[in-house]
Amino acid sequence: MSAPVDSQILGHFGPYGGRFVPEALIAALDELTLAHETALNDPAFQKELADLHRTYTGRPSIITEAKRFAEHAGGARILLKREDLNHTGSHKINNVLGQALLTKRMGKKRIIAETGAGQHGVAAATAAALMGLECVVYMGEEDTKRQSLNVARMKLLGAEVVPVTQGSKTLKDAINEAMRDWVTNVETTHYLLGTVAGPHPFPTMVRDFHRIIGVEAREQCLDLVGRLPDAVLACVGGGSNAIGIFHPFIEDKNVRLIGLEAGGRGIESGLHAATITGGTPGVLHGTRSYVLQDENGQTLESHSISAGLDYPGVGPEHAYLHDIGRAEYRAITDDEAMYAFSLLSKTEGIIPAIETAHALAGAMQVGNELGSDAVLLINLSGRGDKDVQTAAAYFGIPL
Amino acid sequence: MSTPLDDLFVKTRKENRAALIGFLPAGFPTQSGSISVLTAMVHGGCDAIEIGFPYSDPVMDGPIIQAASDQSLKQGTGAKEVFATVRAIAALAPTVVMTYWNPIERYGVKKFLDSMKENGGSGAVTPDLTIEESSQWIEETKKLDSNRIFVVAPSTSDERLKKVAEASTGFIYAASLMGVTGTRASVSTGAQTLVDRIRRVTDKPVAVGLGVSTPEQAHEVARYADGVIVGSAFIRLLQESKSEEEGINKVKDLAIALAQGMKRS
Repeated sequence: MSAPVDSQILGHFGPYGGRFVPEALIAALDELTLAHETALNDPAFQKELADLHRTYTGRPSIITEAKRFAEHAGGARILLKREDLNHTGSHKINNVLGQALLTKRMGKKRIIAETGAGQHGVAAATAAALMGLECVVYMGEEDTKRQSLNVARMKLLGAEVVPVTQGSKTLKDAINEAMRDWVTNVETTHYLLGTVAGPHPFPTMVRDFHRIIGVEAREQCLDLVGRLPDAVLACVGGGSNAIGIFHPFIEDKNVRLIGLEAGGRGIESGLHAATITGGTPGVLHGTRSYVLQDENGQTLESHSISAGLDYPGVGPEHAYLHDIGRAEYRAITDDEAMYAFSLLSKTEGIIPAIETAHALAGAMQVGNELGSDAVLLINLSGRGDKDVQTAAAYFGIPL
Repeated sequence: MSTPLDDLFVKTRKENRAALIGFLPAGFPTQSGSISVLTAMVHGGCDAIEIGFPYSDPVMDGPIIQAASDQSLKQGTGAKEVFATVRAIAALAPTVVMTYWNPIERYGVKKFLDSMKENGGSGAVTPDLTIEESSQWIEETKKLDSNRIFVVAPSTSDERLKKVAEASTGFIYAASLMGVTGTRASVSTGAQTLVDRIRRVTDKPVAVGLGVSTPEQAHEVARYADGVIVGSAFIRLLQESKSEEEGINKVKDLAIALAQGMKRS
């Protein structure tokens, strides 16, 4: 646990991050690190990505001020960064387009991806279709049943969906299976990981592709309000949308960064996915971070009403931001999230993803704590169309 | 100070043969059953034993070892059971533990090595510990004279092979192919190329694993490697057997057949 803080070459964030992978993957991770670093400094790559974001993603995404919702959040000004309006309905597209371009640059023709609820799988399949890449998506068998609509979407986009029957048959096992595929086919295949976890360079690279959220939002907030927000809030599963909006504010010491984890049925129940709030430091899927684990270091199953937050790990940079006190992490229960889900739908005409609803529930808490002078910036990371079935079941609406 | 594993390779090199290394996860098929199976492997002719610490997320393992690990975990196998198995088997043959990194980190690096020593284990194979993350591991294993066995792959560059070889003791684990554990119809031709490349940077023993399952394959590998590691083939026999007794007999027979192929002449 004594990794140097500044050894970015190994992708460390304090004692977190790094690479815990089979040696077979090192060459590919080095190749990817180099491709990413080269692309960062290559105006042609940056232009290609920016053009895609303008003409395909629909960037910049707008800011909506939620005035009626704000009445339930202590009267604070509530600014919503509308990543839900991106093509494919969430922030996930920012990362997949970046990585798909890198895949082509590395001369690889096949991408593999893991998915839980299916949002990242759909985004990856979309990017693959756009760029003419073969795409295989690993998805836990349980999740393929719960999210059959997204399975169909991926198939319509030309991807192959492989149900994973090992282990708990959920997201964590889909990642294991994707890594096994990658170890075997690494010469021809890029693993398009969907969050800021995994071995270096993924946490850094995926963050860099999502930073655009915070870069745009910081500017938009200054234009609209004339000052920086008091707090920036986002939901945290693996933590990609949160790090994307947090990162450009890290040097702004007066801006609080607040991540909202999935508290499930409450931390004390043990049925949650709040990895920082309720987990311990450990190694999972190639990186050291907080992990939900037992005394033997075996990964525990996570629980959340939100499939996208239902993961027993979290990005290593969040672990570090937590430990140094730069960001705060709170757990939001299923019930709190569903209340905020319903409230935003009825007060603003925006149905958020259930993941995002955790951030909105956090905004209600923080707004009430800070009062009406506060300005809160919330990453509205995804839209809720995919969650209609879950929400209908929760609220007892017959389908 | 040398470990029993170090001594084994001195002996097999003198005898101009390779060492046969058998793998089984602790607690599979049951806690007592695993000790019986491993004992049969040694009686059949395995020169050393690799005991797997079953882990919930084994990304280096194919379906056969995954299923065995899952079965073991469901019965509650943890560090206590792993070290009890080490204790029983190290009395018969040089024994190492194969484990993903998180169980070691969770148990405590120093405590893990203390337990290893107390129970007679020679060291550990760590398939997901990269040399960049291993400074504490190297420091503590040095203090306790415990073997640290790193895994290399066909994709490992010459420059890294040198670094990994320097960091390794006991033997260097050469993964014969790009992939996960399991039985294969043939041993990849890449295995010999990799071993040749390792020989150019070190004279430490090299053992080949991944996809070695038949006596013919083992004999072929024994011609150029110091050690031949067989795991999935043993486990498959146990999974296919109707009773534990039948499984143990088949395991012993396979070990006898594999051991005959270890001589180079």
